Amino acid sequence: MNFKFNYLTAALLATGLVFTACSNDDDLSTGTQKSAVTSNYANLVLANYQDALTDAQSLETALQTFTTTPTDANFTAAKNAWFTARESYGTTEAFRFANGPIDTGSTEDIEGYLNSWPMDEAHVDYVDGDLTAGIINNATLFPTIDKNTLINQNGNGGEEKVSIGYHAIEFLLWGQDNTAPSAGLPGQRPFTDFVDAGTASNQDRRRTYINVCADLITDHLEVMIEQWTGDYKNTFLAQDTDTSLTDMINSISELSRSELAIERMSVALQNQNQEDEHSCFSDNTDRDIRLNLEGIVNVYNGSYSTVNGASLKDIITEADSDLGTELDVLLTTATTEVDATLSPFDLAIVNGPTSTEGIKVQNAVRALVAFGDRLLDAKVVLGLN
Amino acid sequence: MRVYYKLFILPLLPLLLLITSCNTDDSYTALTAEIGEELSGGDNTSFNFSAEAFGFAAPNLSFDERVTFGVGNSLFNQSWVTAPASTTARDGLGPFFNARNCSGCHFKDGRGRASAFAGELSHGLLLRLSTPGTGVNGGNLPEPTYGGQFQDNSILSQMDEGIFEVVYEPKIVTYGDGTTVSLRNPTYTFPLLNYGAMVSNVQVSPRVANQMIGLGLLEAVPESTILALADQFDTNGDGISGKANYVYDIASGTNTLGRFGWKANQPNLRQQVAGAFAGDIGITSSLFPDENCPTGVDCSQIPNGGTPEIDDTNLDKVTFYSSTLAVPARRNFEDQDVLEGKQLFNEISCTSCHVALLQTGNHEIAALSNQTIRPYTDLLLHDMGDDLADNTPDFLATGNEWRTPPLWGTGLIETVNDHTNLLHDGRARNVEEAILWHGGEASPAQERFKELSSIERSKIIAFINSL
Repeated sequence: MNFKFNYLTAALLATGLVFTACSNDDDLSTGTQKSAVTSNYANLVLANYQDALTDAQSLETALQTFTTTPTDANFTAAKNAWFTARESYGTTEAFRFANGPIDTGSTEDIEGYLNSWPMDEAHVDYVDGDLTAGIINNATLFPTIDKNTLINQNGNGGEEKVSIGYHAIEFLLWGQDNTAPSAGLPGQRPFTDFVDAGTASNQDRRRTYINVCADLITDHLEVMIEQWTGDYKNTFLAQDTDTSLTDMINSISELSRSELAIERMSVALQNQNQEDEHSCFSDNTDRDIRLNLEGIVNVYNGSYSTVNGASLKDIITEADSDLGTELDVLLTTATTEVDATLSPFDLAIVNGPTSTEGIKVQNAVRALVAFGDRLLDAKVVLGLN
Repeated sequence: MRVYYKLFILPLLPLLLLITSCNTDDSYTALTAEIGEELSGGDNTSFNFSAEAFGFAAPNLSFDERVTFGVGNSLFNQSWVTAPASTTARDGLGPFFNARNCSGCHFKDGRGRASAFAGELSHGLLLRLSTPGTGVNGGNLPEPTYGGQFQDNSILSQMDEGIFEVVYEPKIVTYGDGTTVSLRNPTYTFPLLNYGAMVSNVQVSPRVANQMIGLGLLEAVPESTILALADQFDTNGDGISGKANYVYDIASGTNTLGRFGWKANQPNLRQQVAGAFAGDIGITSSLFPDENCPTGVDCSQIPNGGTPEIDDTNLDKVTFYSSTLAVPARRNFEDQDVLEGKQLFNEISCTSCHVALLQTGNHEIAALSNQTIRPYTDLLLHDMGDDLADNTPDFLATGNEWRTPPLWGTGLIETVNDHTNLLHDGRARNVEEAILWHGGEASPAQERFKELSSIERSKIIAFINSL
């Protein structure tokens, strides 16, 4: 740790700020402008949410097709649409923890509406050992399954009482994953759960339920797009760029070092429990993990799809090239270590932290923590509080 | 991050001076924030103001500690299920309980509330029951049939204890300027009691689930610091007593200083957490090995989830989690209105009990040690008047006394929990109402608040909401 160096840098930067403190001019230096970094970020966020919406709309259509004509082929098509929707949504998780509209302000509940987990399945539908569990099978308490009913039930009785979002749909498509990880199988819900007089009960309510969930996802992603097209985007671009940069750094640092590394990977590994996996019904957790990291890389490099511009990486490297290089290495290492973990994720964690596959998960966790920790130091070299 | 903060103060000082020199007008002297004032939890402060604002780990934990925090978080959220079940680590719910998991009451690590309408299941308000007198170890005597707490839920094979309802009546308070506020005064009834009537002299004490932030820091405040704030017999004549509760510490088998709970009736977080597992979820532990069982039910005949149902390893993880939730930083702490509100808060003597600044001592969790914190509490008992009384003594606490609750996080309760209800039973619907309920020792401060102008009052409220 080079405290002295950072101390001097901080002192110099503070002096630099003193000179500009009374000036309205942001253009004294010739390097990357902070405002260019934040406006590129705003474009990137919008582009990613637009893709997420497009894929969520396809999911909604696929579910409508399946519930109108519940065949095995349409069931598979709906599952594939869910996988696709998770791809574009997965990278947007890098916009959480940024004091932005996905989890803060008047739209703060939307992250929970979209992506709450882990899920107490019995809140929604039947489970192993309780065939009458859940909102679907309780027409007395919930005579009507509509958006309001399901939103009001989300989190009612505890954080795991998840009623809506991607994981509620996932549970309704796959069912509980009751097979051993070694079987290599996700949940085995039969499509006939959605066929009148098929398997389980209340097939009509199940069809309604899954469609309402899909409708809510597109509603909520549309709110994000409204926010990043107008209301919040204007606020974001008008506020002090130092605040925005601090939020961006805190955001991907938190996702990397805490939410992804600890909550989603380490806890599941310690508990050796499939239930602690993010997408435990479909065995898609390996993709969730890789997509979250890809989202972090996108934000750090200022690049997503056709958006490519001034980035955190650029200004950090200009301010301190050693730190910039170090962060590049840490991020590359994290990607390598994450990619090295076994798919599906329940196989990677089943034998615990000291197993061959568990050690790979541990290595990925440590690499994600190392990047997230070191990135926080960039705030000092950028003169952010 | 925090290491650098300290290094950063020195170069920042001239900067602050220069910034103020850019101000051109200002005929009056603007108030300025104290350095570090926004860091309510010291190094255990977080900077995220989202709906998850109460749920972040203290940023200064080690890697291994963060893993423990994560596992504790998972245990905090998970629903317990009826025994026997295939998930043996999570079975043993009830048989009588108020919630299936910790987050059912402390949703997103935040604050619970009373039912919003008749028939709505409570979101974190429960009723403690007792009868006059002192039981073993100095605690309360339980209600003979229903025990120390009313459990309004049960596993399927059992009948729950019944239903309680809260009804509110208006209570009008008039400000010095003539404007009025209508408070709501709760009364509790039991429309259904499935195991027979309660004794006529039952004492009912409603308690709402508190936000979980900064609890380990409060545990790390040295006993000597708290006792130095105590003034049980008001020898300094300021009208404020400040009394330490001494309560039974099960692990050591001794009476020690109480710190946690609305009446400071728990000596440490581990016992507080284990007590909540036992009373609220029906999960036994090494500290509380007995199930809650109404008279007439033989709980030994009901399958349990092991002896105990949560082992010490997992209890310790939940305790660690409960000790290390970061305190959100202050927002708007440099606004003139907020700074003026802070000054008024001090001037009308709110800080006699809501002590702003404390220093932690040593704690087995290094991150909690030697921190400068701003919890706005003295952790002591105060007579809050007849209107707020639960008339339930608790160890040394009288039926009129309550522990000064920490105020940190107050302004984010709405963000996290979608309500702004305060006080031990959630009767106050906002900060203003909570202030107006203050009685007893706090009457003079409350009277001074009522004599302020509406602008001044709103500044105090803005200050509290910045915490």
